Amino acid sequence: MRYLPLTPTDRAEMLGVIGAATVDDLFVDVPAEARLSGPIAGLPMHASEMAVERHMAALAGKNLAAGQVPFFLGAGAYRHHVPASVDHLIQRGEFLTAYTPYQPEIAQGTLQMLFEFQTQVARLLGTDIANASMYDGSTACWEAVAMAGRVTKRSRAVLCSGLHPHYVSTIRTMAKFTGDSIEWAAPALSADPDTAGVIAAIDDATSCVVVQYPDILGRPTDLAAIAEAAHAKGALLVAVVTEPVALGLIEAPGKLGADIVVGEGQSIGVGLQFGGPYLGLFGCSEKYVRQMPGRLCGETVDAEGKRGFVLTLSTREQHIRREKATSNICTNAGLCALAFSIHMTLLGGTGLGKLARLSHARAQQTAARLSKVPGLSVLNNAYVNEFTVVLPVDAREVVRKLADEFILGGVSLGRLYPDVPGLAGALLVCTSEMTTDADIDALGAALEGVLA
Amino acid sequence: MSGVNASGWRPEMGSAEAQGQATASGDRALMLEEALIFELGRPDTYGVDIDEADAEPIAGLAKFLRAEVPALPGLSEPETVRHYTRLSRQNYAIDLGPFPLGSCTMKHNPRLNEKVARMGGFADLHPLAPQQAARGAFEVINELAHWLIELTGMHGVAMTPKAGAHGELCGVLCIKAALQARGEDRKVMLVPESAHGTNPATAAFAGFTIENIPATAEGRVDLAALRARLGPDVAGVMITNPNTCGLFERDMKVISDAVHAAGGYVYCDGANFNAIVGKVRPGDLGIDAMHINLHKTFSTPHGGGGPGSGPVVLSEALSPFGPLPFTSRQADGSVLLVEEEDAAQQHPHSFGRMAAFHGQMGMFTRALAYILSHGADGLARVAEDAVLNANYVLRSLEGHLEAPFGDSGPCMHEALFSDSGLADGFTTLDIAKGLIDEGFHPMTVYFPLVVHGAMLVEPTETESKAGLDRFIGSLQSLATRAKAGDDSLKSAPHFAPRRRLDETQAARKPVLVWKGDSQG
Repeated sequence: MRYLPLTPTDRAEMLGVIGAATVDDLFVDVPAEARLSGPIAGLPMHASEMAVERHMAALAGKNLAAGQVPFFLGAGAYRHHVPASVDHLIQRGEFLTAYTPYQPEIAQGTLQMLFEFQTQVARLLGTDIANASMYDGSTACWEAVAMAGRVTKRSRAVLCSGLHPHYVSTIRTMAKFTGDSIEWAAPALSADPDTAGVIAAIDDATSCVVVQYPDILGRPTDLAAIAEAAHAKGALLVAVVTEPVALGLIEAPGKLGADIVVGEGQSIGVGLQFGGPYLGLFGCSEKYVRQMPGRLCGETVDAEGKRGFVLTLSTREQHIRREKATSNICTNAGLCALAFSIHMTLLGGTGLGKLARLSHARAQQTAARLSKVPGLSVLNNAYVNEFTVVLPVDAREVVRKLADEFILGGVSLGRLYPDVPGLAGALLVCTSEMTTDADIDALGAALEGVLA
Repeated sequence: MSGVNASGWRPEMGSAEAQGQATASGDRALMLEEALIFELGRPDTYGVDIDEADAEPIAGLAKFLRAEVPALPGLSEPETVRHYTRLSRQNYAIDLGPFPLGSCTMKHNPRLNEKVARMGGFADLHPLAPQQAARGAFEVINELAHWLIELTGMHGVAMTPKAGAHGELCGVLCIKAALQARGEDRKVMLVPESAHGTNPATAAFAGFTIENIPATAEGRVDLAALRARLGPDVAGVMITNPNTCGLFERDMKVISDAVHAAGGYVYCDGANFNAIVGKVRPGDLGIDAMHINLHKTFSTPHGGGGPGSGPVVLSEALSPFGPLPFTSRQADGSVLLVEEEDAAQQHPHSFGRMAAFHGQMGMFTRALAYILSHGADGLARVAEDAVLNANYVLRSLEGHLEAPFGDSGPCMHEALFSDSGLADGFTTLDIAKGLIDEGFHPMTVYFPLVVHGAMLVEPTETESKAGLDRFIGSLQSLATRAKAGDDSLKSAPHFAPRRRLDETQAARKPVLVWKGDSQG
């Protein structure tokens, strides 16, 4: 077996040193009745690299990759071009095959990268500080709700209706076990988000208001107004960004009064990957640092006074605090954070701005084309690179018919909200710099055909 | 920016003077210092060519537009490649040598798996693509789920947990949901003292009170103490098997039966599954839930701290409560993936969703390629060689370092030592830092907590005998020096890119982001 270096001679010599006759003697503490008598049922014997590659390629071939067709899917996972150098660099073995940097003298590469990542994220989100990443946006969002509870010592969270439904589900699942109360209602198909409704839901028991920006329907929200209302009641504003490229064009939530800003970092550097691994972004005001979840990297000096970096403030974390930790989280999304950081370094602030503007221009072009489709209307007053269209029929069926014509035309709200009949006619359409004129024409024409 | 010379070196990064001859650049041949991107980059530089947008933003967006672009420096592509390549050289990695972190299973990461995960049909697939466009992805999930169920002898598997601790949470929530369904409010979770910190942290999150179970002198769960504590207030136990002392809990089935008889459930921390994969099925030991770290046993790369992946296999008793999406075995032996749309019919008792989308798909493809590459014979050989390597380390070193459970019989996949017997003032930390100078990554130190100055060595099956012999030779030498009171060990490492770092200063006055530009 190509991954196992021991030879039969090695094994015999090593057993001699150990003083055991056979390898099975080393398993003496496993009761005989618990040992498998033969190989795992049905699993073939070992296979060559070529054979496995062939099997996996056949499975991959059954999927319709985004790059094969006109593609307009978003709703929490976004397709931007990832420069070739990103994927090359994250495959450097020194990054790919390193562990969590618990021995900082020989992990400065990872640690300096994390320090740079934290700074990039904080500047992007407009927060004082950021951590070294979470599992993904949805889990980061729950952690923000939990953290707001620790900060305010309250347990009622108000979620805006435009929060991604998977994020809502994740929060509701966790809240069932912690006893937090969660206020949420499904979104209405309106051109602007219901800011007044969110503000009205805040009371003196509210720990936080969670607002996605732009929201699931692609609509940006007036965060400053909600921040003011939340703060007046002693609640925190948690802003959620599922498409960080949008922040190249619209103001950073931290600059608009958000106390905690979380997000999904996937759209920068990571790629679609059918939903994971992604990376959670987590930034907040510096005064809450000791209530933060997750790993933090900090600057320090070594014994000779040289600048260096270490994981720090670990007294918040499970491996020190055990049952009193701020979170049970252990791992971060190190390699995804590296991909994000490299892509962000290649872009710089200027490049990110251009990327956001170009993605937005493609969305404008798409909206203009689709609004000519009979029976279809564009919902949003404002959007960055994702918007909602309303169809006269169930959008789930339309999506399926488009896929039959090899067009991935959008995400139906019926898929996301199977229990809300009023949303069945809505379709989320998303663009990026990858969207071409031909893609837009193809979608317009196909929708005209399907709706005819 | 002032203060940065052409190579990017800045005074605070330190010079090489202490090691002898100074250089003008601060670098020494292949020992390269690297400044921060914020010191190197400029806001008007970039490494990606992007077309200008041909339209002004829509009117509705005007009030949301940001005043200026984010203050993020850019670098050209050659500068970017060089920055990260230079940083990478300051990292130790499996690709460079043994990385014997106990309980972390730092085995070789096959590059076939990287290639497979990057196939367009997987890497460029949207998680909300219509099901007809993602058949291959669902097949991967189902196929991996099937083998995980077979390898563990369990009933169902939750594929979505993002990492080990997230998997623990999944398992503990299943236990909580099952108790709620029975109308019982059991408050106590029993956790051995040797458990990973995530175990009590997870149980506490789910609202359980943690009570420790003591260990016997031979390093295993004290069965009598456990039995005595069981009762109507005990929700279950969280046990690591093989345990963090590197020993198989030989009473596991008896423990499970006792816990079940008392109405509780058994969670197994599967971090150490590598020792028994293909040899023992946790389901045969009465386990109700166990997370599987795909980044340990199934070789997906650790990536400098994640991403991980922690599917949770569940018994028939707990499967009905598993999160969405969920994969369970059907009457005909096949497995079925259930999402929200079909949950009311197919999986009505689920405790809900734990994260967006389908889990760590990029890790599923890698793990499946790993399982198929090894096959039934290779996986059993993985466990055998991992255990053989660990026992070889244990017996080769027990005359040099104290092995507190050396008399408890063979170890499993990891060998545990302590700092007892070193000269006064010499500790586990000195041995660990000495290993760095020897060109190795240290073992896990000061864990498990039940042993003073613990050193937990997990060589894994992918180390050759020659590689182990070099490692053993270095550790023998370090043990000799530490017993002789060799002071140079106290200041190790001497040859790493950095000397010991001041962690106290880092925590006392945290500097978590670069503020060099605002500080002037």
